[in-house]
Amino acid sequence: MAGNNLPVKVKIDNVVKKYSGRNGEMVALNGVSLDIHENEFVCVVGPSGCGKSTLLNIIAGLHEPTSGQVLVDGQAVSGPGPDRGVVFQQYALFPWLTVQKNVEFGLKLQGMAQDKAEQEAKKYIKMVDLEQFAQSYPKELSGGMKQRVAIARAYAINPKVLLMDEPFGALDAQTRTQLQTELLNTWEKEQKTCFFITHDVEEAIILAQRVIIMSARPGRIKEVVEISIPYPRTQETKMTKEFLDLKNHIWSQVYQEYLAIRK
Amino acid sequence: MNTGKNKGFFSKIPNAVWMVISVVTAFVLWTVIASTEAGGVVFAEPWEVGQQFVKALSNGSLWQHTSISLFRVLAGFGIGFVISIPVAFLMGWYAPFRNLVSPWIQFVRNIPPLAYIPLIIVGAGVGEQAKVIVIFIASFLVLVVTIYQGVLSVDVTLIKAAKVLGASDRDLFFKVVIPASTPYILTGARLGLSASLTTLVAAELTGASRGLGMMIQKASGYYDMSTVLMGILVIGVIGILFEKIVRFLERRLTGWQETISQ
Ligand SMILES: Nc1ncnc2c1ncn2[C@@H]1O[C@H](COP(=O)(O)OP(=O)(O)OP(=O)(O)O)[C@@H](O)[C@H]1O
Ligand SMILES: [Mg+2]
Repeated sequence: MAGNNLPVKVKIDNVVKKYSGRNGEMVALNGVSLDIHENEFVCVVGPSGCGKSTLLNIIAGLHEPTSGQVLVDGQAVSGPGPDRGVVFQQYALFPWLTVQKNVEFGLKLQGMAQDKAEQEAKKYIKMVDLEQFAQSYPKELSGGMKQRVAIARAYAINPKVLLMDEPFGALDAQTRTQLQTELLNTWEKEQKTCFFITHDVEEAIILAQRVIIMSARPGRIKEVVEISIPYPRTQETKMTKEFLDLKNHIWSQVYQEYLAIRK
Repeated sequence: MNTGKNKGFFSKIPNAVWMVISVVTAFVLWTVIASTEAGGVVFAEPWEVGQQFVKALSNGSLWQHTSISLFRVLAGFGIGFVISIPVAFLMGWYAPFRNLVSPWIQFVRNIPPLAYIPLIIVGAGVGEQAKVIVIFIASFLVLVVTIYQGVLSVDVTLIKAAKVLGASDRDLFFKVVIPASTPYILTGARLGLSASLTTLVAAELTGASRGLGMMIQKASGYYDMSTVLMGILVIGVIGILFEKIVRFLERRLTGWQETISQ
């Protein structure tokens, strides 16, 4: 079951990831399979340490799976590429570059001319409301502002697939809502495929066509929940019975997994 | 111990004034020691050194010694700097290279330059080459060890971030690893320059007709302590100048760093 009938964009095929550490082998992902369709919006929820970031890194081509594979447009992923934009959980801004230069970074690597890159970057900096901080260095920004720069930088190279690791985690409720709306607009208008990790169940339901619930370590897909609430979803959506039922269901599923870790 | 009153008084003194106080105190101590019987054997009086300085300056000999020594230091350090960066990066990135090279570096690092000078004289003669090689080895070792630490400290998520934005290995090197390790490269430069100066006198033992180290050695043969002291002072002042230059570069190039005191 998928959120739409378009072709598969990202195929996660029985991915297993093991880390070898001091205490022997640790299974982070234990056979994860999922088809994400073109222009689909998927949110991933699950307890801390269940392998969400690991899965994102594998899709991005930054980690190799121990077995299994990820295909993008039918091609096995062998490394990172600008067709998959990433917003990292730890912002990962270049501290020696200004906000403006951080956002230009990817554009220049794509071979865009300086003045064109400057214009493009400005557009996205404006989108995240940081125009006054374009010439600031990351150390001069708050956590939420850094996160917004990371978002602008990922959007700027205009990737078909957006991989986002708790991108709105450090934001206040208002900015968060604004960026959620912005993201949904971009997603619809530019036909993006979104893979979005969050701890916030409400956020998952507001954004996603499907919510993937992951089980505690070793990470597996526990349940896939279809969200058929029509877009645009607003603050009022959060009051509907449908929304609240979904929220209760997903929340209790994640909570079970959380308890499983505590045991 | 640190009473509020004391702290208030001393913290009001600006840095420039501290500098003057420090220099004046050193001169006073020097004068006192030189005026004692035992101290007088070692230390010429400040005014004697001053006289020597004026003489050496006006007949041009001081500049001749200083310029050739500066050339040796900068050439040795410069070559060391240029070579140490790629070596440090290779060590950081390729385990086989690191495993091969790092024992060599650890080994040579503990040997005083004086000990391997005979080898260099046999290999490179007594010309400029030998002196530059000695200084090169000394500064290279310090640089490579420091910059290697810098390479190790580069945040992996920054590498990842650059990769997903489309960076090639070349881009990673020039646009991420180099800027991220700039603070270490500059610390390496500071330590490397200081090692170059420290090795200068040893390097000029390979036989030189000019140079500050050679000037000191020759003067000591005649018990000409005012020339010896003058040489020491000039080397010390050059060291402080180098330090200031690196400081300046640090302010220009690494202002983006998060620091504790802000
Ligand atoms: N490089 C690594 N080496 C060894 N173990 C790792 C590594 N990266 C992650 N792990 C382990 O894999 C598991 C999954 O980590 P991951 O970061 O994917 O979790 P997560 O679901 O993103 O958690 P969170 O919600 O806290 O971000 C964790 O137990 C972690 O300790
Ligand atoms: Mg994570």
